[in-house]
Amino acid sequence: MKIMVCIKQVPAKDSTLRLTEDSTWIREQDLSYEINEPDAYALEEALRLKEKHGGEVVVCSVGPDRVQQVIREALAKGADRAIHLVADGGSRLDSYPAARLMAEAVRREGFDLICTGLQSDDLGFAQTGVVLAELLGLPHATIIMEVQAEDGRLKVKRELEGGWFQWVQMPLPALLTIQSGINKLRYATLKGIKQAKSKEIRRVIATELGLKAEELAGRQKLHRVYVPVKTKQTEFIDGSPKEAAAKLVEKLQRDARVL
Amino acid sequence: MEIAFKTQIPGGGFLIEERLPEEVFTPEDFTEQHRLIAETAEQFMRNEVLPRWEQIERQEPGLTPRLLRQAGELGLLSIDIPERYGGTEMDKVSSTIVVERFAQYASFLASHGAHSVIGTLPIVFFGNEEQKKKYLPRLATGELIAAYCLSEAEAGSDALSIRTRAVLSPDGKHYLLNGEKMWITNAGFADLFIVFAKVDGEKFSCFIVEKGFPGVATGAEEKKLGIKGSSTRTVILEDARVPAENLLGEVGRGHVVAFNILNVGRFRLAAGCIGGAKQALQHAAGYANQRRAFGKTIAQFGLIQEKLAEMATRIYAGECMIYRTAGLIDPLLAEAIPDSPAYGEQVRKAIEEYAVECSIDKVYCSEILDYVADECVQIYGGYGYHQDYPAERAYRDARINRIFEGTSEINRLLITGMLLKRAASGRLGLRAAIEGLFQGSPASGRSTEARSMEERSTEERNTEAASLLGTEKHLVAAVKKTALLVAGVAYQKFADSLADQQEITAAISDIVMEVFAMESALLRAGKMAARSGVQSSPQPIPDSGPQTVDDKTAHVLAMTRLFLHSRMDWVEQRARTVLAGAITGDALRRQLATLQQVTRREAVDTIALRRQIAARIIQKGKYAAG
Repeated sequence: MKIMVCIKQVPAKDSTLRLTEDSTWIREQDLSYEINEPDAYALEEALRLKEKHGGEVVVCSVGPDRVQQVIREALAKGADRAIHLVADGGSRLDSYPAARLMAEAVRREGFDLICTGLQSDDLGFAQTGVVLAELLGLPHATIIMEVQAEDGRLKVKRELEGGWFQWVQMPLPALLTIQSGINKLRYATLKGIKQAKSKEIRRVIATELGLKAEELAGRQKLHRVYVPVKTKQTEFIDGSPKEAAAKLVEKLQRDARVL
Repeated sequence: MEIAFKTQIPGGGFLIEERLPEEVFTPEDFTEQHRLIAETAEQFMRNEVLPRWEQIERQEPGLTPRLLRQAGELGLLSIDIPERYGGTEMDKVSSTIVVERFAQYASFLASHGAHSVIGTLPIVFFGNEEQKKKYLPRLATGELIAAYCLSEAEAGSDALSIRTRAVLSPDGKHYLLNGEKMWITNAGFADLFIVFAKVDGEKFSCFIVEKGFPGVATGAEEKKLGIKGSSTRTVILEDARVPAENLLGEVGRGHVVAFNILNVGRFRLAAGCIGGAKQALQHAAGYANQRRAFGKTIAQFGLIQEKLAEMATRIYAGECMIYRTAGLIDPLLAEAIPDSPAYGEQVRKAIEEYAVECSIDKVYCSEILDYVADECVQIYGGYGYHQDYPAERAYRDARINRIFEGTSEINRLLITGMLLKRAASGRLGLRAAIEGLFQGSPASGRSTEARSMEERSTEERNTEAASLLGTEKHLVAAVKKTALLVAGVAYQKFADSLADQQEITAAISDIVMEVFAMESALLRAGKMAARSGVQSSPQPIPDSGPQTVDDKTAHVLAMTRLFLHSRMDWVEQRARTVLAGAITGDALRRQLATLQQVTRREAVDTIALRRQIAARIIQKGKYAAG
């Protein structure tokens, strides 16, 4: 099975986030980066499928040179090779141009399966995988919690709301967006880290793919990023303890919706 | 076989040569590979070891060996083992990185080090081909767990006085070992013991002893103050039958094994101390941010900020030292050819070259850890004295580091002793540097800037102060000059009997250690500043740090200034101790005047610096320069 995994480099979870002067994004100077968490699970699922069915795992990432960090990590964990789509401001691209670039770069590779994370930890649109499937003309399924591959077909378990799941059968080739927690992530072994050094990273310059500027322009614009304002409101509930308790339960159910 | 290295930097060379920032290795030079190794070690600790620390602390049977084997599967036991024997064969920077992460839990670090460093390296460095093939692949995976058995009840620092005897059987097929080894880490579950014994009661030698050999037993678990999660027992040898082929190295050459392994052990221990200190600082900062008193978090109080800043600053200096040392050893290791029969010898030589630096790191970093752990307890207040909070364990666990792998006292004697030996054998141009100092001219083009602060004009000094770290560069030149001055005076007075003057020798070592620490801190700050493009800035640095650099660089610059200025006070004090202990009368007055001239400096506002440093520690909740 020839599998591609799309991975994104995102600001590390423990970063101190400060806004840029124009408040349209976070200051990148002080950030450290890591692999987007759902993408790490997508990679793990792909590596497990390869171990079971044979084949190849190729990782693909869009962004400036610093994304090589997550590419190396994926190679150290066992991916066979990588495609780096070199695009400045890659982290600011919204889903469409990112998917468009990847579609152009991998169209001729003929992957049996493409796995992406469900969504990114920074922008969280959950669209890149879906748009990529559409651009490549592939069937897709989202929020995947289990993957079974047999006889050239897939059986996948989707997470619905309220603790419900849905099993879907679909043909290959296909695209899946993987939910965090689907499997247990492996460690990069020191041997794997050493081997990663000699694995192939194909650099594709985004501007050399022959796409028109408008095709690479974002379809969305971030107008303002801001830190949520914390507010606190105190409300006293009157009445006897019994009445007050009943009112409280009602408020927790209807207003706060936590029960 | 004589091994020559292409390297230009001699061991101890920091004392007499000037280095440029780009010549020393710092964490800013980590490769992608190093970062991935750090991540694997960190995740392993976070997911597998730390959640089980209470069981490990109780010495739950089988748990530590299982975790060691799991670490082995990831390659974390075999960084120092060549690939051809199943190892991962990586550089010292990599092993330093792993040790720092494993130090988040001192007991596990102790088990890991006893196995993978002092337990395994004797075979890597000194084993013959058969021994390496037989044992290394299984040590790499953790299938076999190793322990190092040198100390005895009455032979600790004085290691060569061991009483364990080895006698070759009349048929020459095996040795019979008799004796009892003490303080043996991993003894409770080790499969393999590296045992030192005297053949015929005279010739100090080393043996590979398997647990299953007849006559090998262990005592009860020792009741220790700290690192309670590590196994420590006696190893009892009663007519233990050890096959003759398990002699490691040559009969009568066991001391070569013992002392070289300790060099690596010391370096590694220093890295562990810095890792442990970072962990303690993180606990302390976290607690200070959360504990409220008088209507604020205690992190908002000056006296708590002062502690956090001082803890971070000393850790920073220690971190600079250990990675600089790793960076010294690695180019030499890179010259060693794994497939050559001389590989072990080459590696050993590489490490021996920097034995002084290893000892310095060991003493200095173990004392940093002690200081940090102590202040961690203080910040926790009453809760620091309670077993339910991490400060208590950090405090107990820290203490052993000043004792094992050579006490602070033994290492202080070694530092000056080894430097003088290197000077006597012509490997270090110490004599010329000291003579140059007394004649008032630099010994060579590369020697330390000899002019004191006083000799320079006011205008010159103002220009320096305005340039980045200008004053600090002169502090480093001054501490070097001070070290040479006191070493010269003491040697002139005591010559070859200097070793008998332990207090003076140790005080010289204290100054030598500060040279290495202060210069390492300065060089790293210089490198970071240059990389963020501020070195050429003609603007004076405001007290709040340069505005043009990123937060981390500004933080490092502040720590460097604080460290250099505050350590200089200590240097002066130790220098006066040496001078007054060596000379009297007019001679003393003259040298004290020279000392005063050399170390004269402006006062800096250390209160403001500490507040600035603490602000970032409080914001990040942890050490924030790594």
